[in-house]
Amino acid sequence: MDTQATKGNGIQSKLLWTAVVALGAVSFAIVALTRGEPVNAAWLVIASVCTYFIAYRFYGLFIANKVLGINAARQTPAYRHNDGLDYVPTNKYVLYGHHFAAIAGAGPLVGPVLAAQMGYLPGTLWILAGVVFAGAVQDMTVLFMSTRRDGRSLGDMVRSEMGSIAGTIAGIGILLICIIVLAVLALVVVKALIGSPWGTFTVFCTVPIALIMGIYARFIRPGRIAEMSIIGAVLLLGALVYGRTVSETPSFAPYFNLSGTTLALTIIGYGFVASVLPVWLLLAPRDYLSTFLKIGTIVLLAIGILIVRPDLQMPAVTKFIDGSGPVWAGGIFPFLFITIACGAVSGWHSLIASGTTPKMIENERQIAFIGYGSMLMESLVAVMAMIGASVLHPGVYFAMNSSAGLIGSTADHAAQVISNWGFVVTPDILTQMAHDVGETSILSRTGGAPTLAVGMASILSSFLGGKVMMGIWYHFIILFEALFILTTVDAGTRVLRFMIQDLVGNVVPSFRNTKSWANNIIGSGLACVLWGYILYEGVIDPYGGIWTLWPLFGTANQMLAAIALTFCTVVLFKMKRQRYAWVTIIPSAWLVITTVTAGFQKVFSADPAVGFLSHASKFSEALAAGKILAPAKSAETMSRVIFNDYVDATLAALFVLVVLATVLFGYVSVRKALGSPKSTAAEADFGAAVGSGHA
Amino acid sequence: MPDILALFESHKEWAVRAARLMVGVPDYDTYVQHRQANHPNLPIMTYEEFFVERQEARYAIGKGRFRGCC
Repeated sequence: MDTQATKGNGIQSKLLWTAVVALGAVSFAIVALTRGEPVNAAWLVIASVCTYFIAYRFYGLFIANKVLGINAARQTPAYRHNDGLDYVPTNKYVLYGHHFAAIAGAGPLVGPVLAAQMGYLPGTLWILAGVVFAGAVQDMTVLFMSTRRDGRSLGDMVRSEMGSIAGTIAGIGILLICIIVLAVLALVVVKALIGSPWGTFTVFCTVPIALIMGIYARFIRPGRIAEMSIIGAVLLLGALVYGRTVSETPSFAPYFNLSGTTLALTIIGYGFVASVLPVWLLLAPRDYLSTFLKIGTIVLLAIGILIVRPDLQMPAVTKFIDGSGPVWAGGIFPFLFITIACGAVSGWHSLIASGTTPKMIENERQIAFIGYGSMLMESLVAVMAMIGASVLHPGVYFAMNSSAGLIGSTADHAAQVISNWGFVVTPDILTQMAHDVGETSILSRTGGAPTLAVGMASILSSFLGGKVMMGIWYHFIILFEALFILTTVDAGTRVLRFMIQDLVGNVVPSFRNTKSWANNIIGSGLACVLWGYILYEGVIDPYGGIWTLWPLFGTANQMLAAIALTFCTVVLFKMKRQRYAWVTIIPSAWLVITTVTAGFQKVFSADPAVGFLSHASKFSEALAAGKILAPAKSAETMSRVIFNDYVDATLAALFVLVVLATVLFGYVSVRKALGSPKSTAAEADFGAAVGSGHA
Repeated sequence: MPDILALFESHKEWAVRAARLMVGVPDYDTYVQHRQANHPNLPIMTYEEFFVERQEARYAIGKGRFRGCC
C-alpha cells in the first residue's frame, strides 16, 4: 500500500500504527472478556475509534486505490458541469460535513438501542464489522460510481448498467423502503409522546416556531440562515422549559396528554399539510433547525461520554440471544443484523451517496475520506447509542422497551415480571426514574428514542445540571429526535409523492405535472395513506408496533443495501476489475443471505412469535373457536391482528422477491460483462482539462 | 480556552460554509465568481435570489433528493 501516509516517514508511521493496533486490541480484550464487573464505556469508544482508523487506513484506502482505481487526473462532475449551484467543487472538509449531515438520522440511534436486549457485545461487534466490510464500502463505492456518472441517482445507474427491468425493480424497492421508513420513524415519535404532555407540547411548538423562522428568512431578513436558526433555537429552548409548566398545570396538560391514535392521526395530517405547503414556510426552516440540532446533539453526546465515562450496566451478553427477547422477536441470526441496520450498513445511504455529494467532489482522491469516512462517523454514533442504552439499569431498559402485553401497566407488576427474567429491579427504581425525567410513567415506551433519552439524560445531567436538569435533558433529547424524524416525514412524503406521481404517470401522463394543485393534493394524499396506514396499524398493534414493524424496517433497509452492493459488483465486473470484486461480493452475499432468511422467516416461520402467517393462523383458529388470545382484548382486535399479519407478510415477501430478482439480474449482467473483452461500464467521458465540456 | 477560540477563528469561514452547505446553501461568493468568469454577459442572482433558488432546489419534487433517515 503505497499511500502518502507511509511514503515519507516509514518507521514513525509503522510505530504509530502498531500503537493504534495495540491500543485497539487491549480495549477490545477489556470489552469482550471482562465478566462480572461493569465495563467502562470509554473502552468501547477507544476500541471503536482504533478500529475506524485501522479500517480507513488499511481497507478504505486499499479499496479506493486498488479496487476502484481512483484517478486523481480525472475531471469530476463538479468541474465538468460547474454551475455554481448544484455542481460546485467543494472543500473536502466542508463536503464531509454536508455528507455526514445528510446520512445521519434516527436509524443509528434507534437500532442499537433495540439490539441492546441481547447485551452490548453482539450489537457492537456487528456495528464495527458491518461498517468496515459492508456499510462504508457501500457508501464509498456508490459515491465513486455516481461521481463517474455525472452524479446520477442509484435508480438511474441500475437502469443503465443492469437494464430497465432491474431499474424498475430497484425503483419498487426504493418506493417500499420509503413507505416503511416514514411509517416506522413516525411510530417512534408517537411512542415517545403518548401520555407525555411535556414532550407533546414541545414538539407541537416546533410548528409555529418553524413558521416564524420561515417568514423571517423569506420576508424580514431574506436568506439570513444564522439569524433565523438562532431565533428558532432560542424559541425552542423556551418551549422546552415552559413544557414542564404546561405538564404541571391541570388546565393545560390534558390538551397535550394524547393517546397513540390521536397522535398518529395528527402526524399523518401534519405530513399531508407540510408536503402541500410551500417549502420555505414550514419544511425548510424545520430542516435547518433539525440539521443543526442533530449535529450539536451528537457532539454533546460524544463530549458527555468522554467526560463522564459511565459504566455499562447491561451485561455483555444476555440470555435473550436465544431469540426469546421481549423487545423484538428472533435470534442473533438473522434478526440482530436486521435490527441494527443503519449503524452498520444502510441501504438508504446509497440514495444519498448518489445524490448531491458526487456533484461537489473536487477530486476522486477525496472519495475515500468522504464516503468511507462519513460512514465510520455514523457508526460511532451507533456505538454511542448502544452506550446510551447500556448505561441504564437493565431493569429500566426492559421496562421501557417491553410492550404492556408482556409486563402489564403497573410498576409493581412490571418489576415482578422483569425480575423473573433475571434482571432484578424494584418498582421504586421504575417510578423514581419516571419522576426524575418528569414523566408519569416510563413503562412500555418502546421505539428506542425514550430509552436513549433517559440514558443520555443520565449521562448529561451528571456533569451539566445534576438531577434537577434531568427532566430538561430527557425532553431535549425527545425533542431532538422528534424534530428530525418529523423533518424526514415532511421531506419523505414529498419524495414519495413524486415517486407515486411518476409511477401513476406511466398510465395517466397528466398526473406527472407537479405544478398542478389537484395532482399535489391527490399525490400527497396517496403518499400519506400508504405510510399512514402502516403507522396506524403499528399504533393500535397490541404488541406495541415496534415489536412487529422494526424487523420489517430493517429488512427493507438491508434489502436496499443488497441492491446497491449488487449493482457495485456488476459495475466492477464491467470495469474489468473482477479480480477485486470480492470486496463487494462478500457484503452483498451476506446481506442477501440475511434479508432473504429474515424475510422468509417473517413469512413462513412456524414460530408464531416470528412468522406472520403462523401468527395469523394461530389467531384465526382461536377466533374460530371463539377464544380471545392475549394481548388482544376483543374479537375485533383479533381480526385486525390477523389482517395486519397478512399485510406484513406480503411486504416481507415483496422484499425477498426484490432482492432475489436483483441478484438474478446482477448474475446475468456479470456473465455478459465476462463475455466482453473490454470494459463495458457506462462511465461519463474522461474530460481532459478543467473548464471543458461546460454545461 | 484562547487556543480553542483562535482555532475556531481561523476555521470560522470553513465552519460557516459547512453549516450552510448542510442545509443545502452552497457558497455564494463561489457562485458569483463562477458567473463572472464563465458567463460575464448573463445576469447574476443577488444573495436573496440565490438563497430562494437554492431553497426551492433542495426540496424540488422530481429531483428525488433523499436525506437523513438512517
